[in-house]
Amino acid sequence: MSGHPRAGRSLVIMPVRLPRIRKPSRATVLRRLVPSAVALALVAGLVAWALAPKPRSYTTTDAMLTVLTGPRGDEPVALDTTLFLPKSASPAHPVPAILLAHGFGGTKQSVATDAGNFADRGYAVLTWSAQGFGRSGGQIHLDSPDYEVRDAQRLLDWLASQPEIQLDATGDPRVAAVGGSYGGALSLMLAGVDPRVDAIVPMITWHDLADAFLPEASGSGPSNGVFKKQWAGLFFGQGAAASLDGQVADESASTITSTVDGDASCGRFAVDVCAAYLDVASTGRASPATIALLQRSSPAPTLSRITAPTLLIQGQADSLFPLSEGEANYRAIAATGTPVRMDWFAGGHDGGNGPQRDQDRLHYLTIQWLDHYVKGSGKDPGTGFTYSRVSGFDSQTRRVSTTGFSSDAFPDTGAGPAPAQIAISGPPQEIFNPPGGTPAAISTLPGSTASVLATALGGAAVEIPGQHADFVSQPLPATTDVVGAPTVRIRAASPTSEAVLFVKLYDVDPNAGSTLPFGLAAPVRLTGLPSSIQDATPVTVTLPPIVYRFEQRHRLRITVSSSDQAYAAPNAPAVYTVALDAGSGAVTLPTVASQPIPDPDVLWRYLLVLVAAFIALALLTALLVARVRRRRRTVEVVAEQLALPDGSVRSLADVPLVVRGLRKEYGDGFVAVESIDFTVHRGQVVGLLGPNGAGKTTSLRVLMGMTRPTRGEILVFGHHLRPGADVLRRVGALVEGPGFLPHLSGVDNLRLYWRSTGRPAPEAHFEQAAAIAGLGSAIDRKVKKYSHGMKQRLAIAQAMLGLPELLVLDEPTDGLDPPQIAEMRRILRDYATDGRAVLVSSHLLAEVEQTCTHVVVMHKGNVVANGPVEEVVGDSPIARFDVSDVAMARGVLTGLAGVREVTPDGGTGLVVDLDGTPRADVVAALVHAGVAVDRVVPRRRLEDAFLALVGGDTRASGER
Amino acid sequence: MTSTVESIPTQVGARPPFSLATEIRRQAGRPRTRIALGFMVVLPLIILLAFEFGGASDDGSNGTGAFASLVDFATAGGPNFAMFTLLVSSSFLTVVVIALFFGDTVASEASWGSLRYLLAIPVPRARLLGVKLVTAMLSGALALVLLVGTALIAGTARYGWHPLRSTVADQLDPGPALGRLAAATGYIALTLLTVAMLAFLLSVSTDAPLGAVGGAVLLQILSSILDQIDALGVIRDYLPTHYSDAWVGLLSTPIQTDAMVRGAISALSYAAIFGTLAFWKFLRKDITS
Repeated sequence: MSGHPRAGRSLVIMPVRLPRIRKPSRATVLRRLVPSAVALALVAGLVAWALAPKPRSYTTTDAMLTVLTGPRGDEPVALDTTLFLPKSASPAHPVPAILLAHGFGGTKQSVATDAGNFADRGYAVLTWSAQGFGRSGGQIHLDSPDYEVRDAQRLLDWLASQPEIQLDATGDPRVAAVGGSYGGALSLMLAGVDPRVDAIVPMITWHDLADAFLPEASGSGPSNGVFKKQWAGLFFGQGAAASLDGQVADESASTITSTVDGDASCGRFAVDVCAAYLDVASTGRASPATIALLQRSSPAPTLSRITAPTLLIQGQADSLFPLSEGEANYRAIAATGTPVRMDWFAGGHDGGNGPQRDQDRLHYLTIQWLDHYVKGSGKDPGTGFTYSRVSGFDSQTRRVSTTGFSSDAFPDTGAGPAPAQIAISGPPQEIFNPPGGTPAAISTLPGSTASVLATALGGAAVEIPGQHADFVSQPLPATTDVVGAPTVRIRAASPTSEAVLFVKLYDVDPNAGSTLPFGLAAPVRLTGLPSSIQDATPVTVTLPPIVYRFEQRHRLRITVSSSDQAYAAPNAPAVYTVALDAGSGAVTLPTVASQPIPDPDVLWRYLLVLVAAFIALALLTALLVARVRRRRRTVEVVAEQLALPDGSVRSLADVPLVVRGLRKEYGDGFVAVESIDFTVHRGQVVGLLGPNGAGKTTSLRVLMGMTRPTRGEILVFGHHLRPGADVLRRVGALVEGPGFLPHLSGVDNLRLYWRSTGRPAPEAHFEQAAAIAGLGSAIDRKVKKYSHGMKQRLAIAQAMLGLPELLVLDEPTDGLDPPQIAEMRRILRDYATDGRAVLVSSHLLAEVEQTCTHVVVMHKGNVVANGPVEEVVGDSPIARFDVSDVAMARGVLTGLAGVREVTPDGGTGLVVDLDGTPRADVVAALVHAGVAVDRVVPRRRLEDAFLALVGGDTRASGER
Repeated sequence: MTSTVESIPTQVGARPPFSLATEIRRQAGRPRTRIALGFMVVLPLIILLAFEFGGASDDGSNGTGAFASLVDFATAGGPNFAMFTLLVSSSFLTVVVIALFFGDTVASEASWGSLRYLLAIPVPRARLLGVKLVTAMLSGALALVLLVGTALIAGTARYGWHPLRSTVADQLDPGPALGRLAAATGYIALTLLTVAMLAFLLSVSTDAPLGAVGGAVLLQILSSILDQIDALGVIRDYLPTHYSDAWVGLLSTPIQTDAMVRGAISALSYAAIFGTLAFWKFLRKDITS
C-alpha cells in the first residue's frame, strides 16, 4: 500500500475539493458543431453548383426581319429571327457568325440550346423560323432555291450589315451554315448558290428528295420508286400543322390553318408542294412534275458548286434519309476538291441524338470544323471518315452504347478491304401480295419516339407468314463487320410482270432470334418480269448502308417480302416467285479499314488504377508504420525508485501499479475522476472503496487502456499504461461485469479467450480457472443460459487465466451468494501470494474490510482515505456507550485515567475516546459506579471517516 | 524523470494476439452467421421452387428494359438461373446480409461486453479492427459465393448446362458464361464494399449492432431513392448506389465496362473514406461499454 512516510497509525484523510459541474465549454460545442456544419456546407455547395443557372456569355435579340424573296426576289416575307451575340463581340472585335437552321416542323426555338452553345464558343448565331413555320410569314416551299435558300442569302446580307460580325469583304460575312434535316439541306443548298458561306455542317439530311421519298434499290430511279408513304405523311402532316409557336403536337391542324394562309388540305404548304404531295400520296407513283419539284428542292443539283468545307453528319438509325443520302452528298462534294468529312453516328430520324458518346464526338467534330474553317483557329481537321458501331447496351442509361472508329478517308469503291461474300441459299419461293397492302410487314415505325434501342435491335420488325421469302447463310465462321451498303442479286417472277418487293438483311442468332439492323428495308419495283421464275433475270439490290457487326455463329438471312407498312405497295393481290441469282447466291458485305477512336472513358480506367493503387499504397504504409511502431514499442520503463512505508526503496519496475494525479474528463465536460493517487504493491489485496459513481470504474477503465486519461499517469510495473500497451499482458481484469460470447459454452469462451491472447495453452492453467469458476458441468452450457452469478464467476476465472501478476476485479462479488462470497475472499487472499497483487473495487465496506489488506477510499472522483485495512478499518479508540444514567456515567468516565474525551450522543449515548483503555475496564468502572450499561459499540475509524467525509451524501459522482 | 528502454521479453511460443483463425472460430459458431449463410443457400432453392410451381406465364411487363430478358431467360439453364438469382438478390438481400456481417463486427462485441476484455488482453485496437474487418469480408465473400454457387448448381441440376442467353448479348457458352458470372459476382462484391464499410463505421460508433446494420441499410435505401430522381442530374453520379447495377454490362457483347469502372471508383472511394473514418474513430475512442 501507498508509501506514507509517517510511521504508526497513518490514516490519511485528504481534503475533498468539491468538483464543479462543468458545462460543455464553447470550444467543445464548436468542436462538435464544426464538422457537421462543414459537411452540410459541402453538400449544399455541391447541390447549388449543380443546380444553379450559369451566367450567360451572350445576349439575344429577337427581331422580325422582312426579306425580299421569291423567284424574282420581290416578295416580302417577315422572318422571325434571334441573334445570339457573344458579350465579347463589338465593332472593334467582330466575331464570326453561324446561320443555324432548324429542322422540318420546328422553329427557331428548336435550336436555341445549340445556338447558345455556339455563342458560348464565341460565335454570333442567327436563328430564324423558316418560311411557313412559327411566327414567320410565307409558305413552306420545301427548301426551294427561290424561297428558303434566298431567305438565307438575305440573312447573310443582314449579318454583313451588323457591325459586330466579322467580314471577309464588304457584304460578305465570315459565316458558317449549320442545320439538321430540313436545315441541313438548306445549308448545303445555300453553300451551293452562295460562295460567301465559309463552312457548312449539314446533318441527317437528304441528297435528292425524290430518291429519299421514292427509293428504288435496283437503281431504276424515282419514277419507278416505291413511295415512302408513312414518312411522307408524317412530313406533310408536320408542315400542315406547323403552328405559330412550333407547338405542332398540341394543336390541331384545322385551328392553325384558320389563322394562316392556305387551305385546309395544304396548311401552310405552298400550292405546288401541296399538289405534288397530293399527287404522289394518292397514286403511290410520282409524276415527272413532282419528281422535278422534289429534285429542285434538293442539294444534289448544286453540290458541284460548293466551295465551303463541308462536315457531313448522317445517322445510322434513319429510315427517312439513310446513310446513302449522306454518301451521295459526300461523293458529289469530294469530286469538286472541296474539303469534306463524313461522320455516321448511331442516331438519326429514328434514333434521335444517339448515345452521349456520339453526341460528344459530333460536338467535338463540329466545333473543330467551325473553329478551323470559320474562326481560323485550331488545326486542320482533315478529310477523314468517322463512324460509330453499336456495341451493346449501357447498363446505366439502358441505351445503346457505341464504339467510335475513324478512317483516313471515306471508302471509295475499290479502295479498302475487299467486301466479304457470304453465301446464302434457299429454293425459289412463292410470296403473296395482300390486297390493299394489308396485313403488311413492319420494318420500321417512322417517327416513333421509340428509343434508338428498339430500332437498333430491329425489335419492331415483323414479317407476315406467306408474304416473304427467306434465303439463309451457314453460321458465320468468324465475326463479320459491315460498313456500307450490302448488295444481293435476286430474281423474281410475277403474273402481272411487275412486282414491288422489300429486301431486308436480317441477323439470325443461334437461337433463331432475328434482328433487322436499324429496321432498314430496300424497296424495289421490278418491271417486265416473266411469269415463270426460270425465265427471270437477276437484278442487283443495294440495301441501305449499315454499320453492323454480325457475330460468329450467327447467320445472315435475306428476306424478300411483298409488303411493308411504311411503303405504298400495289393494292392488287398477286403471287410473286422470288429466287436467288442461280449463279451467285451471296450477300456482298463491304467494310472499311479503320481504327477505334480512343475511348474518352479510358481516363476513368486510369483513375480506377490510380485509386486502387493509392488505397493499396495507403494500406501498405499503414501496415508498415504499425509494424515499425510495434517493433519500436520496446517499452519505456520509468526508472524511478519508490520509497516504501517501511523505509525501504523499490524500483518502479517491481511495483504492480502506481496511479499518479489521474484525471478523466469526458467529452461532454463531465469530470468522472478529479485527481487520484494510489499504489498497489506485490502481495497486497487492495480495495478500491467508494459509493457508486465515485469514479472507481472510470479509474479501472483507464487502467485497462479502454479510455485515455485527461491528465496524470498510470504505471504498471514501471510501464506507462496506454491503450493496448503490451504490459496489459501481465494484468487480468474483470471490469464492468462479465462479457462473453453468448452462443458459446463457458469453457469455449475461456479457451477462445486464451487463444485470442496468442499465448501457449499450458500457460493458461485452465483447470485452476475452472475450479475457481466452480460451475461444475454447467461450464459446458452456453453462456446465454447462465445466471448473473455464474457469469460473474466465469469472468473472475477468465481474469485469472494465465495467473496474471496484477488482478483487477470490479465488484467481483456482485451476484454471488454468501458462501461463494466467502470462497471468493479466500481465493483473492490466496492469489496475492508469490508476488502477485489484486485490486478489487467495491462499494461495500464490509467486503473490503474482509477481503483486502489495503484500502483506497474514493469519493466524488478523489481519494479520501488510503492505507492498510487494519489501520483504516480497524477499531478506533472511540466507543459509544449506551447507559442508564448519562450524567453519572459522564462523571465516572471523566474521572477515569486514560479516557480522553467524553461527548454525549443522543439521550442515552456517550461517545468516548478511550485512548487505549480497554473497554472491559471502562464497563467495569461504570458498573461499579452503579451505571447500567446497555450496549458498547466500538466505532470504526473508516466508517467514521467515510461518513464524515461523505457527509451523508452518498450520491454518485454522476449526480454531483 | 529518467527513462530506460527495455523490451518486453517475448514469451516462448507466443504468437500475435487475436489471430484471424481465432476470430473466425469465434464468429463461425454464431447463429447469426449460420442463418445468414444458410439463407444464401436456401434462397436459390426457393426461387427454383417458385419457378416450378409458378408456371411459365409471363406478363412481359417487367419494366427493366432490355435486361428484362434475364427474367425471361431465368430457366434457360444453370448460368442463366444463377444470373437471375444474382439480379434479384443484388439490390436488397445481399445489401442486408453484408450490412449484417459488417455492422455487428464491433458493435456486437461492445454489446456483449467482450470488447473490453479483448482490448485488455491486450489486442492492439488496429489489429482488432483489422482482423474483424477481414473476417467480415471473408464472411461476405462466402455468402456471395454460396448464393451464386447454389444457384448455379441447383439451376444446372434442374435446367441443364446450357449457354447463357439474353437479348442484349450474343449467346455465351457455359464456360465463358461462368467467367462473366464470376466477374459479375466480383463487381457486386466491390459495390457492396460501400455499404459494408459504412456499416463498419457505424459499428465502431454504436453499441447496438442492429443500429449499425439498420443505419447502413437505411442510407443505402435513401441513396437508391435519390437515384430515381432524374432532377438531381449530375449529383446522382455521386450516390453510392448509382452504379450498383452496372454489372449487367457484363451481359452484353462485347462487355460494357465503362459504368463498371466508374462504379468501382465510386465504391473504392466510399469504402476507403468510410474505412479510414472507422479506424480513425476506433483508435481514438473511449470504450465505455
